[in-house]
Amino acid sequence: MNAQIIKLFGFFVVLFALLIIWTTRWTVIDANALNANPLNSRNVILAQEIKRGRIFADNGEVLAKSVRASGRTWKRVYPQGSLFAHTVGFFTNETGNASGLEVSDNRYLSVTQTGLNSVFGPLGGNQKVGDDVYTTLDPKAQQTAAQGLAGREGAVVALDPRTGAVLAMYSNPTFDPNNPQVTPACVAVSCRLDRATQGLYPPGSTFKIITTTAAINTGKFTPNSMINGDSPKLISGVPLQNDGNQSFGDITFTKALTYSVNTVFAQVAQDVGRPTMTQYMKRFGFYSKPPIDLPSTSLSPSIVLSPGGKPFAPASPNEDIGRIGFGQGGVLATPLQMAMVAAAVANGGKLMTPHLTARVVDINGQTVKTIQPTVFSNVMTPQTASEVNLMMRTVVDEGTGTPAQLGSGIPFAGKTGTASIGPSGSNETVPWFIGFAPANDPKVAVAVMIAKSQGGFGGQVAAPIAKDVVQTLLAEGK
Amino acid sequence: MSARNRELFGLIPAALLVTAGFAGVFIQRQNVLTNVSLTYGAVFLALCLVAHISIRLTLPHADPYMFPLVALLASFGIVMVYRIDPALARRQAEWFVVGLVLFVLTIVVFRDYRKLEQYRYIIVAISLGLLILPRVPGIGAQVNGAYLEIRGPGGLSFQPTEFSKIGLVVFLASYLRDTRQVMVLGARRILGITLPPLKHFGPVLVIWGLAMLALVLLSDIGSSVMFYGALLSMLYVATGRVSFVVIGFIAFVLGAWFLGTHISHVHARFEDWQHPFNHQLYNAIGGSYQVANGIFAQAAGGLFGQGFGQAILTIPGTQAQLIPFAQTDMIYAVITNELGLFGATALIITYLLFIYRGFKAATLARDSFSTLLATGLSAVFALQVFVIVGGVTRVIPLTGVTLPFISYGGASIVANFVLLALLLLVSDRARRPVT
Repeated sequence: MNAQIIKLFGFFVVLFALLIIWTTRWTVIDANALNANPLNSRNVILAQEIKRGRIFADNGEVLAKSVRASGRTWKRVYPQGSLFAHTVGFFTNETGNASGLEVSDNRYLSVTQTGLNSVFGPLGGNQKVGDDVYTTLDPKAQQTAAQGLAGREGAVVALDPRTGAVLAMYSNPTFDPNNPQVTPACVAVSCRLDRATQGLYPPGSTFKIITTTAAINTGKFTPNSMINGDSPKLISGVPLQNDGNQSFGDITFTKALTYSVNTVFAQVAQDVGRPTMTQYMKRFGFYSKPPIDLPSTSLSPSIVLSPGGKPFAPASPNEDIGRIGFGQGGVLATPLQMAMVAAAVANGGKLMTPHLTARVVDINGQTVKTIQPTVFSNVMTPQTASEVNLMMRTVVDEGTGTPAQLGSGIPFAGKTGTASIGPSGSNETVPWFIGFAPANDPKVAVAVMIAKSQGGFGGQVAAPIAKDVVQTLLAEGK
Repeated sequence: MSARNRELFGLIPAALLVTAGFAGVFIQRQNVLTNVSLTYGAVFLALCLVAHISIRLTLPHADPYMFPLVALLASFGIVMVYRIDPALARRQAEWFVVGLVLFVLTIVVFRDYRKLEQYRYIIVAISLGLLILPRVPGIGAQVNGAYLEIRGPGGLSFQPTEFSKIGLVVFLASYLRDTRQVMVLGARRILGITLPPLKHFGPVLVIWGLAMLALVLLSDIGSSVMFYGALLSMLYVATGRVSFVVIGFIAFVLGAWFLGTHISHVHARFEDWQHPFNHQLYNAIGGSYQVANGIFAQAAGGLFGQGFGQAILTIPGTQAQLIPFAQTDMIYAVITNELGLFGATALIITYLLFIYRGFKAATLARDSFSTLLATGLSAVFALQVFVIVGGVTRVIPLTGVTLPFISYGGASIVANFVLLALLLLVSDRARRPVT
């Protein structure tokens, strides 16, 4: 019988080997997938026991901190309430229920135990504490933006064009990150939607900065080129009228921008051509999600929509490039995108990557990471940038953007926009203003968008808000 | 060195483990080392010494490695149970004392264990009776859809199948000793398949049919796999006929198919096994939550584990179990979570070494009954480990049996000490010098 016993033992050795193989499968081979399984509440439980790092404004004001919840767990508190709700975001202990920097900077804010730390960590009885994140956000400018919008649906973005640092980014309607439960009233106004980075709106005449840049940087036009500004003009086979059907005759390119003459820009865009226009749109950041340190789920690429409501492929032969040239024709942009357009001109044609995170500081006060400015793209030559800069100054000095004038001799370069929305004849508009100041030494680039106005013009509705935000920032020495 | 001295030295790892383990839990719990852990270690060591001295006095020639291996498993078990719930560990320790008493009693009463053969029909009758007990209204209790426990006064519960497995192995060893020759000689080939003679094989079939029926009534698949596997193992060793095993295996697969399709509790277990991460099954009451979280716990363990005492057992702020039945069914998942693949593998190898010593005793035995008894006991023990660890690791569907000497459970501890006593008895007789 002994031969059978040996074989039987061999059989059990095989069975037990199976146990070890399967244990290996779970602990090593499939471990990462299992740890990431949404049903696996282990990470959520561990996350609750981590004291997440704080999030600060650039002046040291606390935007987010952790306080004791029950037992060993922590919860998040946002002392500024709804003011930074979209940008800083919120964090709850439920899986997937978080947003903003709380998600994109999670790797700093929460600590992850690795390797030997997990073996020897417990012996020290250590408390898990995340690193602090300092942002580039300026609370006063943010407050000014919120006051400027005064409850209207819209967004304000302010950037430092030299570094890409986001100084203010406010979206309204907003929500209280301390109580991020979705209420029906909140759903009705899409309160969670970050209109600054995710909302898509026809940019109207602010888009003319892109057309102008393409026209001048390719050498096809100069600021002094004479162009016919009659109205109506046949564009893509459909007559196009200027505002009030005003005919300007032959005017300079600069004058056309100053008074925002649509027929000129439609013709310029057609002359520059669809491929070149598309190329410049891409250089400014169109057709890709904004390169900012926010979760990609809260970012939308700026695009061109077909009349059927589907995005056109870049440079699609079916798009109406003439009307795109002045920010209609289905082109849609985020306020962040249009702030990047202003910033590119302000920074001599070099578009810096926008970023919210300034630096990461550990529990001992050591700076463990500093975000260095990076160039997103070289949009235009410094020569073109200075020419477009001067053209944009005349907009504020004597054109449609005069309500943005800062006074005290500080030049403001800008561009208004008043996109038509809704059915024709409804007179509904999206007022815009983009620009930068001081124009001779740009320190702040700004974009203001109000999502819906009854006939309001960008110069009247959006420009004063831009002015207030810029003044606030310049007064602080930004 | 004599066998008994080797055994004594073999206890050192167990003593170190239990002391270090308790120290570890204490450090984790309160960040201070108290002398209570050392007391626990000392008490446990004293118990081991008592057992060792009993073996030394009664079974001087018995295998020197079996008891140290069991002590290692038991010390590991009590530390794990203590880490899960200190109150349970105290009761577990009391069961160890009861287990040791029964261990010594078994050795003393059945010093000539071959007299068990005389009572084989009584033993098998009692074993089957024990199996049916949990279904008796008033004392039986349903756990997880299966009738596994009987409940007495004062919250005392007891899983009688733990004892049935020993009784049935004793019966089979005795019966197969008598009939193995005729089964082989009287076998006929029908359609190219060798079949045993019905006359001698019949009683085995009848009793096993009854046992299976009882298990179907109790819905306890884990135990049925254990018992059926032990039957096939012993049949194979007794007759050397693979064909018998194949027939038995086919019969089992058919039975499993029947169970899987006709008994909802069993069918649900199959579904949970196949699709533990299905949201519907996961959220169902008594669904795949247990299996899935066992797997998650193992995944979190990785190669080296999260450290002793680090497993998350309950969802913080609630009484909800993240790892249900952590102290019984799922203890292997807790071990893997805390000690990683390395700790789990060490545990499985420890079990394998014990099983090896059991089979070794079987090969050394000088009579067929002893050989078959040791084979059956080792096989049923190995199968129990396979059923529960295989269930937790999803090799097979999860069914609730205890991890021998480690899981919390009085009947399990006591029955396995009796099993150990019988193996040592066989071993002692086998290794006794011929005079």
